[in-house]
Amino acid sequence: MHTNNAILTWQRSEKKLGSEFHMSHKTRDQLRDEAGKILADLLNRKDPLKPKDRLAIPSQDMPAQDAVQRRSNMNEVALGFSAEQAQVEALRCIQCRNAPCVKGCPVRIDIPGFVHAAAEGDFKKSIDIIKASSLLPSVCGRVCPQEAQCQLECTVGKTLKDVDKAVGIGRIERFVADLERESGAASLPFIKPETGKKVAVVGSGPAGITAAADIRREGHAVTVFEAFHKPGGVMVYGIPEFRLPKKIVEAEANALKAMGVELVTNFVVGRTRKLKDLIDKDGFDAIFIGSGAGLPKFLNIPGEDFAGVLSANEFLTRSNLMKAYDREKADTPIINARKVAVLGGGNVAMDSARTAVRLGADEVHLVYRRTEAEMPARVEEVQHAKEEGVIFHLLQNAKRILGNDAHQVIGMECLKYELGEPDDSGRRRPVVIAGSEFVIDVDAVIVAIGNESNPLLKQTTPDLDTNKWGNIIADENGSTSLDRVYAGGDIVLGAATVILAMGQGRTAAAAINELLAQPHSVDPLVVASSTCLTGKVLL
Amino acid sequence: MNRIINKAKLSEEVYMIRVEAPLIAQERRPGQFVILQLDSDFGERIPLTIADADSVEGSITLIFQVVGKTTHKLADLEEGEIIENLVGPLGKPTDIAKFGTVVCVGGGIGVAPLHPIAQGMKRAGNYLVTILGARQRDLVILEDRMKAVSDELIVCTDDGSYGRKALVTEPLKELCERATAPNLVVAIGPPIMMKFCAETTRPYGIHTVVSLNAIMMDGTGMCGGCRVTVGGKAMFTCVDGPEFDGHLVDFDGFMKRLGAYRKQEEDAHEQCHLDMAAQRKEAGQ
Ligand SMILES: Cc1cc2nc3c(=O)[nH]c(=O)nc-3n(C[C@H](O)[C@H](O)[C@H](O)COP(=O)(O)OP(=O)(O)OC[C@H]3O[C@@H](n4cnc5c(N)ncnc54)[C@H](O)[C@@H]3O)c2cc1C
Ligand code: SF4
Ligand code: FES
Repeated sequence: MHTNNAILTWQRSEKKLGSEFHMSHKTRDQLRDEAGKILADLLNRKDPLKPKDRLAIPSQDMPAQDAVQRRSNMNEVALGFSAEQAQVEALRCIQCRNAPCVKGCPVRIDIPGFVHAAAEGDFKKSIDIIKASSLLPSVCGRVCPQEAQCQLECTVGKTLKDVDKAVGIGRIERFVADLERESGAASLPFIKPETGKKVAVVGSGPAGITAAADIRREGHAVTVFEAFHKPGGVMVYGIPEFRLPKKIVEAEANALKAMGVELVTNFVVGRTRKLKDLIDKDGFDAIFIGSGAGLPKFLNIPGEDFAGVLSANEFLTRSNLMKAYDREKADTPIINARKVAVLGGGNVAMDSARTAVRLGADEVHLVYRRTEAEMPARVEEVQHAKEEGVIFHLLQNAKRILGNDAHQVIGMECLKYELGEPDDSGRRRPVVIAGSEFVIDVDAVIVAIGNESNPLLKQTTPDLDTNKWGNIIADENGSTSLDRVYAGGDIVLGAATVILAMGQGRTAAAAINELLAQPHSVDPLVVASSTCLTGKVLL
Repeated sequence: MNRIINKAKLSEEVYMIRVEAPLIAQERRPGQFVILQLDSDFGERIPLTIADADSVEGSITLIFQVVGKTTHKLADLEEGEIIENLVGPLGKPTDIAKFGTVVCVGGGIGVAPLHPIAQGMKRAGNYLVTILGARQRDLVILEDRMKAVSDELIVCTDDGSYGRKALVTEPLKELCERATAPNLVVAIGPPIMMKFCAETTRPYGIHTVVSLNAIMMDGTGMCGGCRVTVGGKAMFTCVDGPEFDGHLVDFDGFMKRLGAYRKQEEDAHEQCHLDMAAQRKEAGQ
């Protein structure tokens, strides 16, 4: 009964969408074979490929798990290119001299360089070029919003007048990164001789991991403190398995350990140890804070305190980090709702909606105040959500949540909106249509409308300057109001992206390395006597 | 780290364990809690208030009642065994100062978190009156320890099997009516008890602090699972609490949210009993 319903819903929404898809329904093998033929043809040509020839190469579709099947499993949806597809896709690049794609990349990866190596079939060289600028290519290849960054600027996409036809930079990146990881060939970066200096990193998300690696390479001892029982930050508790397999994040954490970085979990800086004590008592020479975004925002509407209303962070953490989707094995409970509403239009909202589908909800309604064009979520995610049967309610928003005497959710009253004048963000402001109230029948509501900042470090470190939203104030090098303390990632930017967090970790690491290169007066006795706190004793 | 040094059974369902946790023992202040998890992959994370700490030995004391799967498994751990994950101290510490007369009200297992607070209040020079409440005699815990720090101690049980046959609100009301009314009341116990303690003191305008045992995940202000409405505003127990002004807490909403996963929790606990029985059978007992 249940599954029938689910399939019906799916068919309903697919019909509605009609021709919007450019995702391929061909199997991975079909796509590989087709690419193989194209490749053989291209390599057999006598004359070098001209830009015109390259533009004529068909852009390669990402093989994906079947939409009906994946509704009931947590496995990754996008299956990744074959070597043939990666090489064909790379051959589409016309090697622009001005490389507009690089300007679109927050960490300035040498894109034409790595794509060229891939086009020649030299995947090892390709990944090495990427790794000179990015530390987490397997992750970024999967979750970066390339269509709004490098691929938005790509000349091929512009010439073909379709950003979806740009060179699939992210997909090639993912392929070469996966190939290296899966073959076990990943080489450890060179680590300079020990300097005797040590640095604390707060948080093990993308910002923290990147900073830790870059600082360690200079020969400084690095200890990463993580509040949770597993490292990875949002990559383990927020982004679901079906988009970013946890074994990839684990591999990144293991790579850090192999470099000699010490990873201490279950350690809340500010509580288990005061931030300043790390420097004053424990002898750390500098600190990088990458503690991420915090406290979810709510709409402050009536009924929001009912038991079936929860934040996306809580819902996703239960499912991802605590593995509550595995109802058999996991001790952590998760809502078991028939009809779920998700409020919001970003990646977090899509991830929540798609997780709710996989947990077995009959209907998942995504309610967003503006139109699809304004949705901050990645296009691919929106598409995948639709394919999986998520029902989109655009230009609508919740007015209040309805409950019964037991405070259980029994419905949600919504309002309809229309687009008015542009607001500060340049997006047209949604204006409520008076008297447009209507009710949708739901029994759980997941709120995914953004985050405030994590209050804990500010609470326990009053001298650490934050702005009015509670984000730590840091200059262009990541330097904060406290001496020797740097910060980056979501705690500085507000909720941003993996690549921006990584970029900030990198910049701050460079500044810390520079700081530590200068001789400064630390009493060696103090350092020696305090190392025991974070030495192996902890683990 | 996290080794159970000592385990004692305080009553039928209540256990006390002393756990090796030097960093937490050093930093913890009254009112703070830890989050623990028994299995990194599939275990759940539960908050427990720190009942006592010994910074010299490097240990903390936790007191818990077996109410679900995790507390059941925790009670099954033996001395020398390790708690896989233990993080803390979390939450804001209690505001300990000299207020004058302080009344500490502890209900059931709530006496555990109350103990370090009472200790602190006494040390700060307050006149300390303690009220302990429990359903019946064998559920009264830490009476000796509380007596040692209190100027007056009143014990009540619901069934009259020990001390006064009364709810804690009865002696609390009497104290409010004394010539030297209390300057502060700290009430920790089941939500319903805290609610009625707050109602009792409200007419007298006596500041009443309660400590909420919300559902938690991270305990660092990330997930929002621990939210509670206080004075009409959403607050987060792990970073804004766990202590709040009892006169402002929306207890009814709080109790409903606490029950959000009750059915699933009960099923899991039931299953845990069945599994354990099966294991014992297999082991040939
Ligand atoms: C559901 C979801 C989907 C997303 N999807 C995408 C996407 O598709 N693409 C994309 O680019 N971005 C996405 N993002 C955003 C992206 O994940 C973040 O911008 C990025 O992870 C921020 O990295 P960070 O290192 O700053 O912090 P985080 O990844 O948040 O890591 C911070 C870490 O610090 C720890 N911590 C916090 N406080 C302390 C403390 N006091 N002591 C010790 N440890 C502490 C936390 O436990 C956490 O592990 C998504 C976010 C979410 C929530
Ligand atoms: S803009 Fe596109 S075509 Fe030009 S170099 Fe970059 S990836 Fe290649
Ligand atoms: S427990 Fe997650 S915010 Fe408090």
